[in-house]
Amino acid sequence: MIAFHIDRAGSVPAYAQLVQQVREALRLGLLHPGDKLPAVREVVTSCAVNAATVLKAYRELELSGLVEARQGAGTYISGTLGGSADPVMLEQLRGHLRGWVADARAAGLEDDDVRALVTSVLAEPPGEPTAEQRAVESTRTAEPR
Amino acid sequence: MTDVALEACGLGKRYRKFWALKDFSVALPANKVIALVGANGAGKSTLMSIAAGILPPTEGDLRFDGRVVLLSQEKPLYRSFSVAEMLDFGRHMNTVWDQQRALNWLGRFEIPLDRPCGKLSGGQQTQVALAVALGARPSLLLLDEPLANLDPLARRDVTGELLAEVADSAMTVVLSTHVVAELAGVGDHLLLLRQGRGALDGDVEELLSQHARLTGPRVDRPPVDGQVVSAQHTERQSTFLIRTLLGPETLVEPPWRATPISLEDLVLAYLKPKRGEGEL
Repeated sequence: MIAFHIDRAGSVPAYAQLVQQVREALRLGLLHPGDKLPAVREVVTSCAVNAATVLKAYRELELSGLVEARQGAGTYISGTLGGSADPVMLEQLRGHLRGWVADARAAGLEDDDVRALVTSVLAEPPGEPTAEQRAVESTRTAEPR
Repeated sequence: MTDVALEACGLGKRYRKFWALKDFSVALPANKVIALVGANGAGKSTLMSIAAGILPPTEGDLRFDGRVVLLSQEKPLYRSFSVAEMLDFGRHMNTVWDQQRALNWLGRFEIPLDRPCGKLSGGQQTQVALAVALGARPSLLLLDEPLANLDPLARRDVTGELLAEVADSAMTVVLSTHVVAELAGVGDHLLLLRQGRGALDGDVEELLSQHARLTGPRVDRPPVDGQVVSAQHTERQSTFLIRTLLGPETLVEPPWRATPISLEDLVLAYLKPKRGEGEL
């Protein structure tokens, strides 16, 4: 079961924070298909958020196919997101990133510089894959289903 | 459209020469949590007292259906009464009484029923006052900063339980508060008073999606159409908080940037008095 928390200082609306936390938990493999999300009333009392906010978040997750509402039984995870399918690959990528972050820090970058760099690379149009990416791609397709 | 819990039309209240509330019209949606914000003396308590029927307006009308209960900061408790006797008192004073609802509330916060109200802590007294208010099964519950003397943790617990009560019933809650930062995700609807007049009124999410912060090089006017709520200038940079249809999705030419704002940003921008206003 996932425990939600609401950051009231930021500019991300509360419902979007709930959606984000479910998506993140899916990506990190903390939630799996079949897992139950907390009941609306539970989130209302534990996070002190409006029921409409929780319902809006659950509806949005349902529309994107990540959860399903079962009549009278609650809301259950029904979909998966990206990396959660392959924990080995996720661990590998995390290892690369750890090394990369160490390099960046050694080069004198601060955490905010790193974030800015990652954001700008993510915003680049997808170009030719690098040799490393091609290698990763071939191992992925070679794996039996 | 949604049901209306309370409708005010041209409402005004004058104390000698001073208008505490003036030209105030609003239609508040039913079964919602309405956040009422405003600086000290903006007219929040005046509005709540008029809505509760304990203060006659100088002009204008007010309409609502059902029962209204007001809970102000001074808690209406008898110090010598035990908590159980306080509930009996509530039952005799109200035409409708839901003993179980009041008991459930006290149980949730572990308030001893046999203790005299005067021997309870400030926070526990707040819980008893809330239990009596909820026992009267109001269709409109007006809370005038009643959570002020609770510690932050208890405040969150009480807010959470109150929101659950709203979800479980058809009750509308008007919550006035100074702690703007705690309102995010709590209020469905925002009602902002400034110097006795309504300054902003609308669905919170809708309001947030219609406002944006624009940052760019120093200029006198923002590069897009829209109502300028606030403007700040430094030597090289200008920041505008504007209201437009598209809010943070507004298209601006680089180097201008449109970013979303938080509920706190929104409230603070509107609370700031405009020059030339308020000469009453």
